[in-house]
Amino acid sequence: MELLCPAGNLPALKTAVDNGADAVYIGFKDDTNARHFAGLNFTDKKLDKAVDYIRSHDRHLHVAINTFAHPGKLERWERAVDRCADMGVDAAIISDVAVLDYATKKYPDLELHLSVQASATNVEAINFYTNNFNISRVVLPRVLSIHQVKQLARNTDVELEVFAFGSLCIMAEGRCYLSSYLTGESPNTVGACSPAKFVRWEETEQGLESRLNGVLIDRYQPEEKTGYPTLCKGRFNVDGKVFHALEEPTSLNTLALIPELAQANIAAVKIEGRQRSPAYTEQVTKVWRAALDRYRQDPAQYQVEAAWNKQLDQLSEGTSTTLGAYHRDWQ
Amino acid sequence: MKYALGPILYYWPKQQVEDFYAAAVNSDADIIYLGETVCSKRRELKPKDWLGLAKEIADSGKQVVISTMALLEAPSEVNILRKYCENGDFIVEANDFGAINLLAEAKTPFVCGHALNVYNAQVLQILVNKGMQRWVMPVELSRDWLVQLQEDSRILNIRDQFEIEVFAHGHLPLAYSARCFTARSENKAKDDCELCCINHANGKPVYSQDDKELFTINGIQTMSGYKYNLLNDVASMQDLVDVVRVSPLGDSAFTTLGQFKQAAEDNVKFDLQLDRECNGYWHQIAGFDTVNT
Repeated sequence: MELLCPAGNLPALKTAVDNGADAVYIGFKDDTNARHFAGLNFTDKKLDKAVDYIRSHDRHLHVAINTFAHPGKLERWERAVDRCADMGVDAAIISDVAVLDYATKKYPDLELHLSVQASATNVEAINFYTNNFNISRVVLPRVLSIHQVKQLARNTDVELEVFAFGSLCIMAEGRCYLSSYLTGESPNTVGACSPAKFVRWEETEQGLESRLNGVLIDRYQPEEKTGYPTLCKGRFNVDGKVFHALEEPTSLNTLALIPELAQANIAAVKIEGRQRSPAYTEQVTKVWRAALDRYRQDPAQYQVEAAWNKQLDQLSEGTSTTLGAYHRDWQ
Repeated sequence: MKYALGPILYYWPKQQVEDFYAAAVNSDADIIYLGETVCSKRRELKPKDWLGLAKEIADSGKQVVISTMALLEAPSEVNILRKYCENGDFIVEANDFGAINLLAEAKTPFVCGHALNVYNAQVLQILVNKGMQRWVMPVELSRDWLVQLQEDSRILNIRDQFEIEVFAHGHLPLAYSARCFTARSENKAKDDCELCCINHANGKPVYSQDDKELFTINGIQTMSGYKYNLLNDVASMQDLVDVVRVSPLGDSAFTTLGQFKQAAEDNVKFDLQLDRECNGYWHQIAGFDTVNT
């Protein structure tokens, strides 16, 4: 299984390579990718350096073009595909059907991966994309149980990639408008969820409040650990009870599933977090490299080391981790 | 302008569904969508019941469309989807690209539902070639977005090959998850949910800690807390929108359909409940905001 790590900038990319990533994924510095944050992503000059570093270390580079083209602006998404082809990247990760169509027709040799934002969760959806476009790999949304992942793997010839670690998106990716409902901006339209420019923190008599575009997402007592107000991870009131009605601030961690994923022939495990620091990339890559190597050396004896989980927990949202939808109980 | 009743997004008892559609045949709706789109465990009506209902309604002269699930995971769910796609009598609303694959293979004409990621005219061109007759705009998109998209579809010479429908009234479906939020709110596991959605005819409200109605949970679906209401925006839909959709909240849907007709034909204005209703998406601002028009 390929270890695919995130890089929001050149130092993170180098760190990922140095610590054992088989492949690194990045985005261009515009709204063609779903981590369109200030200070992140790659301009032309940095791109050349990224490609050089990847080539000289014999790794792979994937580029995410994973938002949806605005009307009248498809050309910007097409130019992003052109750049991938010109740079000779190893794969373009694409979500929009029109962009897939363009890439398939114009660059038959460019390897295309179906982005998680395209939300292909069943064999017929995968067939739609593979029948119509030149797709060699599908990135699965984080809504499937491990049983469903295995079923899909048995019923398709295309390579499958799964999310292995990082912030937990609890909705089918590409099909969540909660962010635009509260702010006007969503991952699909502007490449960001719960954008930072809408976040406000305020000390009040009832506690420290986090707000998103004026909407109260959570309220913390002095002893409580605060978290970024991603709107699905706030505490809300249902039936008079205040709790994490949608999801707790936890991260996905699937170290325990490595044997099952490998046996299901999953092609790659993906680490989330292009918006995180190079230090995050370094730690996560190191742990996952060690775990995958351990499994490869002796699959029968593979066990998750407590030290690995401890390291990953420190990097996680809310400092706790979950198997998420892979484990039926979470659902 | 045509008027459509969207599929019932909630879990109602069988008798209530049958009564609703018995009344719907006498309503202002030109088009009636029906079928389960949210959760495959909702089996008050089975596929043969839905298809039987569809036949009865079709006799009234209204167009009937079979709506299908938005989030398909288990092979059993895909098998039911296949049954609908191969029904032979009715066009189908696809809410997942898996449905489009099956419909194109079966050569069944289809409506592309609002749960599909279709954001530009070039995608519509591809779908028209596969049999798409109507497109329901994703709920987060605006009039401005639609104007530009319509312009692009004219340039591509496809505008006369499909209709444009807009979700105009009801709680907006905003997200789909593997997790059942209704079961979670009642401390039940998804696999042991006791079909508790049936107790919430319009979903369950989720409030912020300062009592703002933020979301509505409806099984695995998260919806808007406020009702979307484009009644006073119908005038801005002329020459742009072919079909207006009302999402049923109960028998009030029939009154709402009549109001939309009045708004469109007689330019009647209505008072919106600012603390319960919104129209922000249509105006390219945050969905839960309201512009008074």
